[in-house]
Amino acid sequence: MNTQAHAEEAHAGASVGTNVAIWIGLVAITGLEVFLAYEQLQPSVMLTVLVVLSVVKAAMIMSYFMHLKYEKFSLVLLLIPATIFCICMMFIFFFPEAFRLLQLRSH
Amino acid sequence: MHDVKTEAALDSAWSGGKSPFAIGSKKLGMWLFIISDTLTFSVLLITYSYSRLTNPDWPRPFPINPAIIFSTTMTVVLLASSLTMVMAVMAAQRNDRKKTVMWMVATMVGGLLFTGLHLTEWFNMITKEHFTITGNPEGTPLFGAVFFGITGLHMTHVMIGVIYLGIVAVGYGRGKFSAEDVEVNGLYWHFVDLVWMFVFPLIYLMSVKY
Repeated sequence: MNTQAHAEEAHAGASVGTNVAIWIGLVAITGLEVFLAYEQLQPSVMLTVLVVLSVVKAAMIMSYFMHLKYEKFSLVLLLIPATIFCICMMFIFFFPEAFRLLQLRSH
Repeated sequence: MHDVKTEAALDSAWSGGKSPFAIGSKKLGMWLFIISDTLTFSVLLITYSYSRLTNPDWPRPFPINPAIIFSTTMTVVLLASSLTMVMAVMAAQRNDRKKTVMWMVATMVGGLLFTGLHLTEWFNMITKEHFTITGNPEGTPLFGAVFFGITGLHMTHVMIGVIYLGIVAVGYGRGKFSAEDVEVNGLYWHFVDLVWMFVFPLIYLMSVKY
C-alpha cells in the first residue's frame, strides 16, 4: 500500500459497522458492571474490578470513537504515557494508606 | 518562493514546517485540553475512591429501582449520543452538511435527555431522600460533597458540550466551520462520555442498596 492510500485509510478511520460493534461492546460491559454491583464483593475488590472494566471502556472509546487508533503514533506517545504516569503517581500511596486508615478507625 | 533553508524546514516533521503529529492545531489543542481535564477528573475520582474505602459508614442510597435503572439508562443515552457524534464526524468528512447537522442535533438531544434525567434524579434525592451537599440521613456527610461535586462537574461538561454542539452545528450548516471543527467537537463529546464511564460505576455501582 502506498503512503497516500495509507493516509486516506487512516483519515477514514473505522467503518460504521465497527463503530456500532464498539458501541454494543460498551453497552455489554456496562451491563456486566451492573451485574457485578450486586455480587456483594469487598469494596476494595469491587473498586479494582470496576476500574479495570472502565479502563477497557475508556480504551475502546479513545481508540475508535476518538480516532486515536488511526492517528500517527507520535500523537499517542505525546498523550498517553504522561497521563498514565501522572495517574500512577496519584495512586502510589492509595491502597496502603487507605487500609492503614481503615485499621486505625475504632470499630 | 522559499529559500533552501526554509524549504528544508518545511520538509522536516520536527522543524516547524509541518505538524509532527499530522493533525491540525485545533485538534492538538483539544487533545491537550482533554488530557488536562482527565487529570482533574482523576484527582476527584481518586479522592472519592479513597473516601469510599476508608469510610465503612458510606451511604448506599441507590436501589435497583429507580436509581440504578435510571442511571443505567443515562449511561446508554450518553453512549448512544457518542455513536451519533461518530456518524456526524463521518458525514462531515464526506462533506454531507445536511446529515452532519442532523446527527449533531441527535447528539444534542441525547445530551439534553441525559441532563434532564440527571436533574430529575438530583431533585428526587434532595427533596425526597434529603441528601444535600453537606449531609444525609444514612451515613458520612462526605457522600453529598463527592456525589454532587463530581456528578455536577460532569453535568456542567455535558451542558457546555450541548452549547458547543449547537454553535458548531449552526456554523457548519452555514459553511463557516470545517469538517475539522466537527471532529474537534466530537473529541470533546466523546471525552464527556468517557468520564461518565468512570463516574457511573464508581459513584453509583459502588453504592447500590442490596
